[in-house]
Amino acid sequence: MRNIENLYQEMILEHNKNPRNFKTLSPCSHSSRGVNTLCGDDYMLTVQVDNGSITDIGFTGQGCAISKSSGSLMTSTIKGKSVEDAITLKDQFLGMLIADRPADDMGRLAVFANVKRFPVRVKCATLIWRALEDALVLANGSISTEGDS
Amino acid sequence: MILDTQIQKALDCRADFPVLSATVYDKGYVYLDNGATTQKPRAVIDMMTDFYTQRYATVHRGVYLHSAEATADCDAVRTQVARFIGAAHDDEIVFTKGTTESINLVASTYGQHLLPAGKGILITAMEHHANLVPWQMLCAQKGIPFRVCPIDDNGTLDMATFATLMTPDIGVVAVTHVSNALGTINPVKEITRLAHAQGAKVLLDGAQAVGHTSVNVHDLDCDFYCFSGHKLYGPTGIGVLYGKRALLASMPPYQFGGDMIESVSFEKTTFAKPPARFEAGTPPIVETLGLGAAITYVQSIGFDFIASYETALLDLATAALKARFPEVRIIGESPKKASVLSFVFPEIHPHDVGSILDSEGIAVRVGHHCAQPVMKRYGVPATVRATFSFYNTPEDVVRLMDGLQTVKDLIL
Repeated sequence: MRNIENLYQEMILEHNKNPRNFKTLSPCSHSSRGVNTLCGDDYMLTVQVDNGSITDIGFTGQGCAISKSSGSLMTSTIKGKSVEDAITLKDQFLGMLIADRPADDMGRLAVFANVKRFPVRVKCATLIWRALEDALVLANGSISTEGDS
Repeated sequence: MILDTQIQKALDCRADFPVLSATVYDKGYVYLDNGATTQKPRAVIDMMTDFYTQRYATVHRGVYLHSAEATADCDAVRTQVARFIGAAHDDEIVFTKGTTESINLVASTYGQHLLPAGKGILITAMEHHANLVPWQMLCAQKGIPFRVCPIDDNGTLDMATFATLMTPDIGVVAVTHVSNALGTINPVKEITRLAHAQGAKVLLDGAQAVGHTSVNVHDLDCDFYCFSGHKLYGPTGIGVLYGKRALLASMPPYQFGGDMIESVSFEKTTFAKPPARFEAGTPPIVETLGLGAAITYVQSIGFDFIASYETALLDLATAALKARFPEVRIIGESPKKASVLSFVFPEIHPHDVGSILDSEGIAVRVGHHCAQPVMKRYGVPATVRATFSFYNTPEDVVRLMDGLQTVKDLIL
């Protein structure tokens, strides 16, 4: 059933209220700005990579509960992982929301699987992950997920 | 203060709109996105359905019965529109796709070809992107001044500054009659007087005005007036450009094709007189008839009721919002305001508000309302916007307030 509590689950609400890694790294080795003009979501993601591993990561900015909790859970999940593993996780997360990839092996990130039932909110959940992709791989400096759905 | 008789009339109107009797997620539908588009009364739906099912035909060129009738019916709607907005002549009414096309048409024809050399454009800080970007592009391309009149903290146009910006080097003043993001009703008659005193033409964006207040272009003395059918309880895909007769006659075509020519040969083509000159291609026939039915319907309700009742609903909703949620910031509190209630919670993003209200069967708009400079002016990324129509009721206001309490309970 498409119930609003499926979207705003307890873990999402808790991370929205108390976002982890809500900070800016300065200096940092990688960064990107994620903006959804239509929503007004705007986050700055800063990443420190040392010897192929993400040693620290932070995000700041403003947006809805879905995008902010996604930032909190993304940063806390990939902190300490290798860049390679982070990219794999990013692909799995986007696959879960944009394609039909099952959420079975996603751990607590599976809490976002229900966002798929609310198509207009998919871009909120993917924003910070697209910023991560840009920071680590594409290096355009900024991204938008307005096409994600 | 809302009278019982007013509420009864609103309930009677509501019954004319089939979609409003439907449920959303098994809840009664509270539709508060009238600023984006209005619902359609049965009279409009029936007019269009009957035309499609019983007598559909093209206009202008058919010698057969249904085509001749369709032509006469569409011509009658043009006359009806002219009377509806107080235009002196039927040929001052050009049918377009909507407000956006009407404005682009003027920018591309008058703006591109007839604007006196070096003269620029003056708009306001509360314009919808549709009445901003076409002028901005024109000015950039021609290298002419592009000026923006500021608005104050409560969303009122700064008329003192307007007077200083309205200098003889301005060729067109393009202003919204009613702001879609703030609800502000602009002093467009005074603006027109000031602009004309300096020799400028005036285009008014009436998209948010025509459904809520009676408009008389003759009284306003504006040169162009633009509006859409779908915000006036009519169909999408049909809009109106009113232009003064002599001005339209001086303007070159906007698009080329069938219906807009006088004669065509490989050597030379001459163009039809307005309004046909600006209506290339087969027109939106069914939508034109739908617009006619919508105007008839709105006039049967009457603007005396519509304007006073919608204002009373706005006052009720504004007072309720302030009383129950004192932390809320209302964006746009001009003393002269249409039924637009735009607001933000300090700790809750508008999109969360919109999604949760939706789950309660309440439709509002969240976002920047195609007015990003307005959002920037007030330092907010987006707002929640509830816009009221004559078919909304005090019960809808109660549902909205209860819905906002649900939002707070869930998110905070």
